Amino acid sequence: MQRKFVTLALATALAGTAASAQAFCGFYVGKADASLFNEASKVIMVRDGDRTVINMLNDYQGDLTEFALVVPVPVVLHKEDVKTPLRAVFDRVDAYSAPRLAEYYDPNPCRPPYPAARAEQSAVAKSMGRAIAEDRAEALGVRVEAQYTVGPYDIVILSAEQSDGLETWLHENGYRIPAGASRALAPYIRQDMKFFVAKVNLEEHAKSGAEFLAPLQFAFHTEKFMLPIRLGMLNARGPQDLVLWVLSKKGRVETTNYRTVKLPANVELPPYVKFDADHSFARFYLAMFDEQARRENYRVAFTEYFWDMSWCDPCAANPLNAQELANLGVGGVSGDTRRGARVMLTRLHVRYTPETFPEDLVLQETADRRNWQTRYVLRHPAKFDLADCPNRASAERYLVALGRRQEREAQTLATLTGWDVDAIRAKALIAPDGDAAQDIAPGASQGAVDTPLARLWRWLQDGGAQR
Amino acid sequence: MKPQALAAAVPAAAGPGLRARLGALARLDARLYQIVFLALLLGTGVLVRDFSLDPRQVALAFAAGIATQLFWVRRLGLPRVGLLSALVTCFGLSVLLRADSLWVHPLAAAACLSAKFVLRIEGKHLFNPTNLGVVLAVLLLPGAWVSPGQWGSDLLVACWVVALGGIVAGRARSAGLSLAFLTCFLGAYALRVAWLGQSWAVFLHLLQNGSLLMFAFFMISDPMTAPNHPVARIAYAACVAVLAFAWQFGLFLQNGPIWALFLCAPLVPLLDRLWPGAKPVWRRNPATTR
Repeated sequence: MQRKFVTLALATALAGTAASAQAFCGFYVGKADASLFNEASKVIMVRDGDRTVINMLNDYQGDLTEFALVVPVPVVLHKEDVKTPLRAVFDRVDAYSAPRLAEYYDPNPCRPPYPAARAEQSAVAKSMGRAIAEDRAEALGVRVEAQYTVGPYDIVILSAEQSDGLETWLHENGYRIPAGASRALAPYIRQDMKFFVAKVNLEEHAKSGAEFLAPLQFAFHTEKFMLPIRLGMLNARGPQDLVLWVLSKKGRVETTNYRTVKLPANVELPPYVKFDADHSFARFYLAMFDEQARRENYRVAFTEYFWDMSWCDPCAANPLNAQELANLGVGGVSGDTRRGARVMLTRLHVRYTPETFPEDLVLQETADRRNWQTRYVLRHPAKFDLADCPNRASAERYLVALGRRQEREAQTLATLTGWDVDAIRAKALIAPDGDAAQDIAPGASQGAVDTPLARLWRWLQDGGAQR
Repeated sequence: MKPQALAAAVPAAAGPGLRARLGALARLDARLYQIVFLALLLGTGVLVRDFSLDPRQVALAFAAGIATQLFWVRRLGLPRVGLLSALVTCFGLSVLLRADSLWVHPLAAAACLSAKFVLRIEGKHLFNPTNLGVVLAVLLLPGAWVSPGQWGSDLLVACWVVALGGIVAGRARSAGLSLAFLTCFLGAYALRVAWLGQSWAVFLHLLQNGSLLMFAFFMISDPMTAPNHPVARIAYAACVAVLAFAWQFGLFLQNGPIWALFLCAPLVPLLDRLWPGAKPVWRRNPATTR
């Protein structure tokens, strides 16, 4: 029986899931298709001192007999170090940290000073074969350090003296190893790392009645704060996506051997994004991420979210509670996390190729505690009748400013996604929100042009990356 | 390149006017070049590399740095000490140090520039001010950190830093420090890559690391905090490199070079005693060595 060699490249669907929630200012309306970024690996890491917990979600949908997972780990893991966390908690973390769309309504300029903003709340809640020949293993320099069954998985912890032996052992035990595995395994063996190998125990999986494979969690102590990604590139075709959440106590987590940058966010987009099928928020985000990753030549890790988990604004989903955090391996949190449990969540999104990410991700926890999110803003124009406006001068000023703003929004959307600005202008004009508003003046491009000078100006205006 | 060499490199056909002008340029204080290149790097970082830096942090760092320098110059009655060093330090802090509040940069600038006047052994200050400022901030102030990955590893950037830094280091007559450090550190790393059986792309990845080159050409190259004798300088750079390597790949901690330089700085007076040498000067006036 041949098993496919699946490492960190777990086929999953990254869901920018959404739930409706009213927030301090603006309303959360964003939703993104569950199929967004399919085939992204999803990993939730917990780091507290040298204690590390890695949770890996696997949306593997092929033949279960062919599934196998190989992850280098720094120490021998025992049965109590390995668990199967709830799949639903992954969805919760994903939903909480998902890129979000917030909408605001312009006050009616005919009715000063401060009419209450009307808002409609629209959001969608989305919700090994046991027998191992010890002698043969020894002859190959492979040592079975431990083996046990956890949930639906048969797990073996291996150590090896040389990569050839390990490759042979994996071959002989039914793992289909891609070409080059030996070379990729060697550096881990040299560093005296062990290999966590899991395959599905069909009986246990059938007993659980679960449709999908359960996530896997393993905990260990190590001074190395890193995530092995190189093995997963062995059978890579084209760029791969990894979404990495890190739960930590001090501050934002970033990579130290690659650049970590924030995605362009907190900008205003044309309100039609809320309704349009072609330019929906999910499609916008997908196109924007594609464009930004390409511009950076697939050489950076993007920060998608960083927040103190005791709150959110606007909330894409409620923060995780203590039980959910414990399920992911966060220790020492009790009571209501919404009241002062110090858990910081960093969400990194990496699109990498074997060439641009030649080594594993090395991470560090910075002292940065400034909350940050990929949030996009829709501003709905006020609806009023100019002929019947007691405050005509102010309404006219508003309309002029609105025209400029709409052009800026169109330019921003075009710059971020690489979409045609004329198509955007056309859509913005016929969109439901556009009818009461002024025309977008084509050619009057005051928008978010991305020149160094414009960047300098924004840097000076915005106070750098403070927001 | 030495100032004389720069002037001599201009062909005689260029005419005496150009030669004289280049000669005058070459005799300018090396710190002027440093300031120009650090300003360029800061600009590049902010505009191209999305440094997570607030313009107010930069402004406050400079305000505090200049005020501290003026305070000490006046208090100690040093007639011919200008602001160049303070500006170099403030640029260095802005490029390297990251903080989530506004007060980290000015505090670090004030502390490290004060230390330059107070912590002196045999007429030399002990710590490179930028290095000390970064270390003090990360150790003592909440919300301060260093992002070693901030430059990325695009070959182009690395080339620029090397090219620009090479000139600065050459001007400061301490190219030996930079090169000795890079040779030892990269040599050790190459051995590690070979021993682990990693692909050489991993080595190239580090070779292109802007932060490493930035350290090599703008921090360890400071002649004022390095040993006086050329042999001692090489030994010192090698020592920093070995410690930085052990810090990063033995202890798996970050920012090895910065910590290694801080920890090795106390060796300098010792090395100066073992290998006595002429004290460096920025210009030809010993009064301006602060």
